[in-house]
Amino acid sequence: MAKLKTAFLGKNRNCHLCLGLVIIAYIVIEVLMYTGSLKSLFINLLVPVTSYIIVALALNLVVGISGELSLGHAGFMSIGAFTGVIVSNVMATMISNDILRLVISIIVGAIVAAFFGFLISIPVLKLQGDYLAIVTLAFGQIIKSLINNTFLGFDSNGFHFSFITNTVTLGTGGKMLINGPIGATATDRISTFTVGVILLIITILIIFHFINSKYGRSVMATRDDRIAAQSVGINVVKTKTIAFVLSAGIAGAAGVLYGLNFSTLVPARFDFNQSILILVYVVLGGLGNMFGTIISTFILVLLPELLRFLADYRMLIYAIVLIVIMIVTNNPTINQFIKKIFRRKKAEGELNND
Amino acid sequence: MDFLSFLITGLGLGSVYAIIALGYTMVYGIAKMLNFAHGDVIMIGAYVAFFAVGKFNMPSLVAVLFSVLVCTLLGVLIERLAYKPLRDASTLSVLITAIGVSYFLQNAAQILWGSDTKIFPTMFDFGNISLFNGQLQISLLTLITILVCIVIMVVLTLFINKTKTGKAMRACSEDKATAQLMGINVDTTISITFAIGSGLAAIASVLLCSTYPAVNPTLGSMPGIKAFTAAVFGGIGSIPGAFIGGLLLGVLETLAKAYISSQMSDAIVFLVLIIVLLIKPTGLLGKKISEKV
Amino acid sequence: MTNGRLILKTENLGIEFGGLTAVKDFDIEMKANQIYGLIGPNGAGKTTIFNLLTKVYEPTHGSIYLNGKDITKESIVSVNQLGIARTFQNIRLFKDLTVLDNVKVGMHHSVRYNLLDSILKLPKYRNEEKAVREKAMSLLRLFDLEQFADVKASNLPYGKQRKLEIARALGTNPKLLLLDEPAAGMNPAETAELMETIKTVREKFSLAILLIEHDMKFVMGICERITVLNFGQVLATGTPDEIRNNPEVIAAYLGSDEE
Repeated sequence: MAKLKTAFLGKNRNCHLCLGLVIIAYIVIEVLMYTGSLKSLFINLLVPVTSYIIVALALNLVVGISGELSLGHAGFMSIGAFTGVIVSNVMATMISNDILRLVISIIVGAIVAAFFGFLISIPVLKLQGDYLAIVTLAFGQIIKSLINNTFLGFDSNGFHFSFITNTVTLGTGGKMLINGPIGATATDRISTFTVGVILLIITILIIFHFINSKYGRSVMATRDDRIAAQSVGINVVKTKTIAFVLSAGIAGAAGVLYGLNFSTLVPARFDFNQSILILVYVVLGGLGNMFGTIISTFILVLLPELLRFLADYRMLIYAIVLIVIMIVTNNPTINQFIKKIFRRKKAEGELNND
Repeated sequence: MDFLSFLITGLGLGSVYAIIALGYTMVYGIAKMLNFAHGDVIMIGAYVAFFAVGKFNMPSLVAVLFSVLVCTLLGVLIERLAYKPLRDASTLSVLITAIGVSYFLQNAAQILWGSDTKIFPTMFDFGNISLFNGQLQISLLTLITILVCIVIMVVLTLFINKTKTGKAMRACSEDKATAQLMGINVDTTISITFAIGSGLAAIASVLLCSTYPAVNPTLGSMPGIKAFTAAVFGGIGSIPGAFIGGLLLGVLETLAKAYISSQMSDAIVFLVLIIVLLIKPTGLLGKKISEKV
Repeated sequence: MTNGRLILKTENLGIEFGGLTAVKDFDIEMKANQIYGLIGPNGAGKTTIFNLLTKVYEPTHGSIYLNGKDITKESIVSVNQLGIARTFQNIRLFKDLTVLDNVKVGMHHSVRYNLLDSILKLPKYRNEEKAVREKAMSLLRLFDLEQFADVKASNLPYGKQRKLEIARALGTNPKLLLLDEPAAGMNPAETAELMETIKTVREKFSLAILLIEHDMKFVMGICERITVLNFGQVLATGTPDEIRNNPEVIAAYLGSDEE
């Protein structure tokens, strides 16, 4: 999987498009909620959808902009989510304001995930192509195993920790934060849709500012031609590390938002399939195309819910939809047809301008 | 003695990984795609063998052949329907399609046969052999698994190197366009590759389920990922690499389970993989990537 | 015009690929501000020498000195930072970036802001981005590419892509510019224009230029000194006139009965 191609360039216009889309969607949803015309099923999905959009954008930074395949981004989400659970629980008695607690959890979660992103980027970015992809896959598996075997409790005496077997005993008022494969339980659900949307807006701004900076340019240059980039003095490993760490941090923040939206959370939630699912959002949205990623994630997260009437057949239909979309969007005849329509519209637009 | 016993168990498991990894690596070598649906072909193979023996009372060997036949056809069908239209598409599009196929197979199996775990019937009961006055008990099935893997590996190597079709495969993996100009039917060659890989998956499924007799729709996921890892371990695209990678992975996993922690065995295996790739960035037997400037 | 200071010097530079000698005992002495031609038949090892000088390949023998400093052990990236920039025979642009961004990437190190400045879009980022844009545009203007600034690089016609590659290399602010067949695929008018541009570049940026070219009119018309390669070894070095009249060079190019 040597080179990943992208046709979309991260320009300011696209940044404004993304922001506009998010803000309009937010207003529409808030109004619908206010008038009570949204089903509770849909309302419950709002925070997860927002989390997935943020993590998909983060992944697109790696896959689309940096041109490297990552099969382990759910791992960063997982790190963020469980860090968030820990931070939020520990601060529960200190900070009564939920929003403030959420914001601090998000920041800490992002930093911890970014740190792990840095650790993994040391081996990852020395490798190329599929070898890099498998290391990210391996990383995701390792994170899942680690958290699956972590027993962490908290009481008035501080933290109690054991690994593989649960030997944690807690004093009165103590709480298990991570209980091995059972994960986190009885978490305060402090994530809100509004904070999620603000985090999404910040994510969009950060990603576009990055893409339009000298760092973003050198990342994309490295993606397009590694040797040419080196020949103009770009340190390709450093460059890719920056993009990877940034992406990991954002994914971690999304993980916190996701984790603090559920009262129970199992580590197995963030497995290989989850990483792949996020990759599907990115590829369907278009590599390097942040606007497309927002839309595709939104649709694909909701699709299984919308297909609920198909009962047992819904995931089967979902699979077929995936395959058909891939075949159709890669069909030269159909692409030609779409281009033709697009070109005609553009030509008309130019005529009108005269 | 324990160590020897674990080692042999590990080689048995590793042989299964190696057989699956061969399918991965051959398809990768020619189609340059990661066929993530490969693990699910194993699952289908297991179900077919399960019903062949349990419902239709076929003799074990016939059941294996039947399973191989079904998986071979399935592999070719998948390639023709899902992957062939994407021959010129980006590798990521093909990857996503493979994931779609994987979802499809898993969910189809769930609808057809239910999501409950079924007990795989005993197809082969060879018993154990005792060595060192009974201190070492080795399951004959394990030895046969290892033997089957070696035979497959040898036959496959001969096939690739000696036959016309094998040469066509190597030509296609080097350069499809040139191969086509030389009169090689690229489509047929790719189909044959998928057929062989899928047939091997069926054999692997029977061996796997004879050792771990549980069948369910997600049966193939983990062995699929492990075999993919094994293929990369050995250097993806390399047939001896897949063989060695598979064996190493199986041994490593079994020893980690026995001596360190059964829960952490996967993490240890993947950690070792990362370390190996740091030292040998293209796997144990992988070709070095060089670019003309 | 050319002063006496040596910008580039190599001693016994050579490389073998699996026992096959591609370049052997290559010596060159280039003066600052000189335009120097490297010619020879196909497969003579010209591009290999560029790859050695820019450390794309690791030399198996010999040393490279830039401004008197031994750069043989430097990396491909640091060689550029020390002052060598190049173009590629088979054009290696950042094809999905715009023409303007291609040049801006070349200017990466002259843009001074950090990651935080950019992510938060602080004033420093805005100012520096504005400055780099102006500098990049003036480079594009030099190559008559200004009106294509926002076009995707891969959509440029071939000849313009070659020019853009030179502009990108100049963005790194080199002291020595290596041009690999800059006139390939250009028509005579374009070639003549390119000759002028190269001379202007030399004056404007006061740098030395080493170029590989098959178009003899171009080489003879622009180079002050020429080295001829054949089978990986130096056949002759001299002024254009000396080279034109060298019997060995003529034999190598036209073939002779002795071989």
